[in-house]
Amino acid sequence: MTEYLSLSLILFTIGAVGVLVRRNAIVVFMCIELMLNATNLAFVSFSRQTGNLDGQVAAFFVMVVAAAEVVVGLAIIVSIYRTRRSISVDDASLLKS
Amino acid sequence: MITFWTLAPLMVISALGLLFVRKAVHAALCLAVVMISLAVLYAALDAPFLFAVQIIVYTGAIMMLFLFVLMLVGVDTEDAVKETIGGQRWIAVVLGLAFGITLVLAIGQTVAGAVIGLNAANGNGNPYGLAELLFGKYVLAFEFTSALLITAAVGAMVLAHKERLDSRPTQADRAAQRMRDYAATGRHPGNPPTPGVFARHNAVDTPALLPDGTAVDHSISPSIVARGQVRDGYDDDIVTLKRQLDGDDSDDSLGGEK
Amino acid sequence: MFDAGSASMFDLQWLLIAVPLVSGLGLLVWGKESDAFGHLIATVASTFSFVFGLVLFLSLVGSDAEDRSRTSTLFTWIDAGRFHVDMSFTFDQLSGLFVLLITGVGTLIHVYSIGYMAHDERRRRFFAYLNIFIAAMLTLVLAADYLVLFLGWEGVGLASYLLIGFWQHKPSAAAAAKKAFVVNRVGDIGMALAIMLMFAQFGTSSIDAVNTSVVGASGSVATALGLLLLLGACGKSAQVPLQSWLLDAMEGPTPVSALIHAATMVTAGVYLVVRSSGIYDASEAARTAVIIVGLVTLLTGAWIGCAKDDIKKALAGSTMSQIGYMMLAAGLGPAGYAFAVFHLITHGFFKANMFLGAGSVMHGMDDDVDMRHYGALRTAMPITFVTFGLGYLAIIGFPGTAGFFSKDRIIEAAFGDSFWVGMGALIGAGVTAFYMTRLMMMTFFGPKRWLEDVEPHESPKVMTIPLIVLGAMSVLAGALIISDFIPEWLEPVVGSEEHHELGIPVWLMTLIITLTAAAGVAVAVWLYRREIAQDAPADSEVSFFARAGRNELYGNQLNDAVVVRPTRHLTRFLVWLDVKGVDGFVTGLADRLGDTSQFLRKPQTGYVRSYAATLFGGALLVVLALLAVTLA
Repeated sequence: MTEYLSLSLILFTIGAVGVLVRRNAIVVFMCIELMLNATNLAFVSFSRQTGNLDGQVAAFFVMVVAAAEVVVGLAIIVSIYRTRRSISVDDASLLKS
Repeated sequence: MITFWTLAPLMVISALGLLFVRKAVHAALCLAVVMISLAVLYAALDAPFLFAVQIIVYTGAIMMLFLFVLMLVGVDTEDAVKETIGGQRWIAVVLGLAFGITLVLAIGQTVAGAVIGLNAANGNGNPYGLAELLFGKYVLAFEFTSALLITAAVGAMVLAHKERLDSRPTQADRAAQRMRDYAATGRHPGNPPTPGVFARHNAVDTPALLPDGTAVDHSISPSIVARGQVRDGYDDDIVTLKRQLDGDDSDDSLGGEK
Repeated sequence: MFDAGSASMFDLQWLLIAVPLVSGLGLLVWGKESDAFGHLIATVASTFSFVFGLVLFLSLVGSDAEDRSRTSTLFTWIDAGRFHVDMSFTFDQLSGLFVLLITGVGTLIHVYSIGYMAHDERRRRFFAYLNIFIAAMLTLVLAADYLVLFLGWEGVGLASYLLIGFWQHKPSAAAAAKKAFVVNRVGDIGMALAIMLMFAQFGTSSIDAVNTSVVGASGSVATALGLLLLLGACGKSAQVPLQSWLLDAMEGPTPVSALIHAATMVTAGVYLVVRSSGIYDASEAARTAVIIVGLVTLLTGAWIGCAKDDIKKALAGSTMSQIGYMMLAAGLGPAGYAFAVFHLITHGFFKANMFLGAGSVMHGMDDDVDMRHYGALRTAMPITFVTFGLGYLAIIGFPGTAGFFSKDRIIEAAFGDSFWVGMGALIGAGVTAFYMTRLMMMTFFGPKRWLEDVEPHESPKVMTIPLIVLGAMSVLAGALIISDFIPEWLEPVVGSEEHHELGIPVWLMTLIITLTAAAGVAVAVWLYRREIAQDAPADSEVSFFARAGRNELYGNQLNDAVVVRPTRHLTRFLVWLDVKGVDGFVTGLADRLGDTSQFLRKPQTGYVRSYAATLFGGALLVVLALLAVTLA
């Protein structure tokens, strides 16, 4: 059990670091997906440990929501690309003081 | 167990690849590896339904979506190696290590007890058990999620739709615009020469040559120019040709009267 | 008319002050319209004060000896908790004498100034200032409370400043006025501290109350009060160490020098000491200090008077010296108070006389003050010569004149106190005779040393009549002492003491003093009977004594080194401190604040990723907190 959880946590951390480090918006998105997947793994592991399927149902919902989120997010990225011709997250720096 | 210990290192390395690879397409591929490995792990954790759903939804749909958008946006887009924000990498590494170590150490303290296993819950089959919960206890969440999906689909359509605000330019409009550009900037109103015209080769990466030997910039597709794959190095050919035309027969002749 | 029972007349004694004050202020406010007759109004106001003062005085004379102090309270001036001061005036034997002196000499000088300032376009203002001076000086002498006295004290200081600097266009006059005011201020510190001490110790600053209560207080309180009041007196009376302003004050018009810096204002210090007789009687140390101050000043003034070629400055040195005599007498205690006052009054007459005479001489000599340009004026200006001569005889103590009697008594009393003090006073008398004779010789005798285009002529009647009156008084005032009038008159106020036996008969003492004076006269006549150079010899060619005298015993240099330069350094240091320290601190605070905000704005990079890093850090903290809570 702990090994699954450790793996989940490691994946989650790597995803979080990726969000901080990568500049391509789509790659950042992918890192977020990685984080979501890692939590799914944790859910499923806990479901097995506690012996009821609530964890799996939760993982299922996470997947659905992740799908919806990807759809909208990518549409946004395409829209931004159309106007700005760039998908670097560093370009949105208007809040710079 | 074996499954786990085989797949776990693979997943970690792929995830790290997601951090380190430069091309976005390679990152997408790394993520796909992670997702498929996860699906197998789900199967090992007595969640066959999720195993299937993971492959279908995540790897099949979501990764495809990612790849399509990557194609749209620019498959070649690369992140520069140099970090623009000072100290960001260090902060990220430090925070990541701290976070990871904290959580991993915490697990040892928090998780306790034996693994009960899903044999009882999966008595009627895993989908059955899931369906019971989904349409029983969590039916409200289910309904809201469906509403969410619809909203997401509509939203995506709205965002990606491009409304043309003016009328599509006709051929006559385009011809008139070409004449105007010629008057304003001197740009040639005619068709640009196709690649390779008057050149030694007619490959798509070979620029066309003007009568005096200079290369025509806009005869090559911009994406090839962007990739830096324009063939050049014609200088030798041009020099040789010039010599031939000037009647300089002292060096290697290519045939001719002499 | 001179009914002593009419207390109502003494209730009006404030009119003595009010009339000149209203006249003075009114003339200032009335403006140019009153230029034609302003001086007449002022003179009338001063005359009123004299006449009314005379009436009051004679009424006192007609009263019994115990009934001669009439106090009238006008209103409560300050009523703040424990501190209560009434605006009250006391017309008694002492203040009555002073009132007569001030208003009498003052009125004569008003008349004189009509002629002297006839050509000055700001004459009206001059008379207004004179009136204000009279009012302030009367407040000073009539005050029944030290704070009211201080009011008059400051008022005469102000009037002195305005009058010394009357010819504002002259930078030297403006500087002299400022110097007088500032040096007086130093003395005023003593006065103010004394009043504060009085209040702290006795809860009141009423003159009567303080002088009676001081006997019961500790000796150190009396000494402190005495010394502080002495400091004030030194400032006002130009005694050492605050004497430097008096010679510079000669920049003012001559009537000013006569009135303020000879007869009245400079005597305010002596008045203060005599009025505070209760305090000085209670403290041996304070009395000794007064004696020392008086002795040093009388010798200093005499020294300076010997070396000055400017006639007014020579007379100013003489004034300083004579007031030294008065201070000396006042320091001798009850034995000397009466003589101090007597000498003060007689000095008022003959010094004012001599100053006005000097003014007359200047008027005839085209306003030249250098005695080296005078000579043989006795034939050109006879009336001036005679009246000046009468004053001269009085000051050297020629037998029969007022000065003879007053100075003699002082020297006798000095010998009664201590041999060396008496010797000092005696030597002073000799030197006085010397320099006054020098002045007479250089001005009125000897060959003519006039500059070109100078035609000395006698002054108009409006100037010579006051001279005559004062000259007469210089001689006749001696009668006041023959009948022992003054000591008896003042005894209820200042007490009296049998003066100690001298060991030698009185007539012998008188003879010694007269011979000393005669010796001084003889030396001066012998030195100055011949040709005197028209231009003064350079400082390097004269003896040390003459050089020191010319430089006023280096008093100004001493002030400069001890006070002015250190203060200037202090000011510069404080300015530096303000700019670097205070401003630096405040600006530095603002700068540090700016730096802090510059530092704090660094996280606002605008980049989503750095914000994400912050989020992540925060999440880490939340996790740690949760763990801490759960595991603890």
